[in-house]
Amino acid sequence: MSINPDKPIKFSPLHRLQWEEAQQKDVILYPEGMVELNQSSAEILKLCDGTRNLAQIVSDLELKFATSGLINDITAFLEVALKNGWIQQD
Amino acid sequence: MAGSNKISSTPPRWLLAELTYACPLQCPYCSNPVDYAKYQSELSTEDWKRVLTQARKMGAVQLGFSGGEPLTRRDLTELVKHARDLGYYSNLITSGYGLTEEKIIQLKEAGLDHIQVSIQASTQELNDHIAGTASFVRKKEVARLVKKHGYPMVLCVVIHRENIHQMAQILAMAEELGADYLELANTQYYGWAHANRDLLLPTKEQFEQAEQLAQAFKETVAGKMKIYYVVPDFYEERPKACMNGWGTTFLTIAPDGVALPCHSARELPGLDCPNVKDYSIEEIWNESKAFNFFRGLEWMKEPCRSCDEKEKDFGGCRCQAYLLTGDMYNADPVCSKSPDHAVIQQAIDSAAKYALPVDEKPLIFRNSKNSRLFS
Ligand code: SF4
Ligand code: SF4
Repeated sequence: MSINPDKPIKFSPLHRLQWEEAQQKDVILYPEGMVELNQSSAEILKLCDGTRNLAQIVSDLELKFATSGLINDITAFLEVALKNGWIQQD
Repeated sequence: MAGSNKISSTPPRWLLAELTYACPLQCPYCSNPVDYAKYQSELSTEDWKRVLTQARKMGAVQLGFSGGEPLTRRDLTELVKHARDLGYYSNLITSGYGLTEEKIIQLKEAGLDHIQVSIQASTQELNDHIAGTASFVRKKEVARLVKKHGYPMVLCVVIHRENIHQMAQILAMAEELGADYLELANTQYYGWAHANRDLLLPTKEQFEQAEQLAQAFKETVAGKMKIYYVVPDFYEERPKACMNGWGTTFLTIAPDGVALPCHSARELPGLDCPNVKDYSIEEIWNESKAFNFFRGLEWMKEPCRSCDEKEKDFGGCRCQAYLLTGDMYNADPVCSKSPDHAVIQQAIDSAAKYALPVDEKPLIFRNSKNSRLFS
């Protein structure tokens, strides 16, 4: 399984991404488990809303953080996210 | 609260709301207390809402609605809705008995996140025998409906001597039903399972065979189905890190409002577990005697006290230490360093003896009549 660069990426309907006030962190919730996210992972996942493909996610984040060269890090994280079932592509 | 000594602690993350002890099934391994029949009173809807609100404020986020059979509570949908509004990730832990499609839809709309359906075996005959109630056909149907309505489907099968030979078929059934998660829970010997241990504890060979099948299956379904395998700790050399440490992560509220550091803690003597009708969750979690009792490592006796593994397993399970050695401060006898470790082998030998047909004794089914005998 790896990311198809042409297809939009969406967050899995079988997981929930939410801000936890008590922990001051974004977390992914799923049956019997919870993953705490660092800020950059959370920013990436929030853009996985089914309207953007990989290149669009990268350019949106580069714009937001006024930087460039994020493609490798973002791709690597999304591969992990895909393998864990947090995101999907149709 | 009087007599309490406060030890610094992390906030609760998991809340298990045991809404009721009522259940139409009679599983002989049920983790409810054997004398549950004497606890008749149940919290009101308002009590539960207050508990959910207070625990959420402290940081609890995973919520299990359990029992007994939580579907017997008429206010279940209302509580699910309240939980969703508070931002919990909530789970209905159900036998599936009496769960209609209409209710599945209603709960989804109220904000329930997932449903865990238990099945007792891979065949109707054995399932219905173990459950003490004809329920197999309905359970399978419920599993399909849960999936159909977009919930992650969690199938739970408790494993013991009566069904362990069906492991291959159980795995095939999970696949056929399209489970997203399969929990293979080797029986833990508390409550009713403790009372029925001679009839439920499989042999080491049976465990090893079943585990091999489960591990191989895990690889073939990787990416499609997640397997949670709860180990049979009687055949381990070290105990489990019970509850991730006493009073660190888990909070259970029993049907009558008693707050417990683990769902079996009711069996331990002298804990004076507080009731949510008298105290707030914050007071209970931070200040009560019960939640501070085994917090940290100070309470330990030898061999745990000077053991270099104590931060790993916290000395194991307090309930198991109590049930099997009579002293809840002892090391969990599952540990090979425990001076009482021999009781584990005795339990295994005793169970092996009862596996022979000549000595067969009947299972004690979990129902009110039998429960009153334990009271
Ligand atoms: S284990 Fe069986 S008897 Fe016990 S509450 Fe669950 S379904 Fe009911
Ligand atoms: S002696 Fe106690 S702390 Fe050490 S491994 Fe055994 S149970 Fe754990």
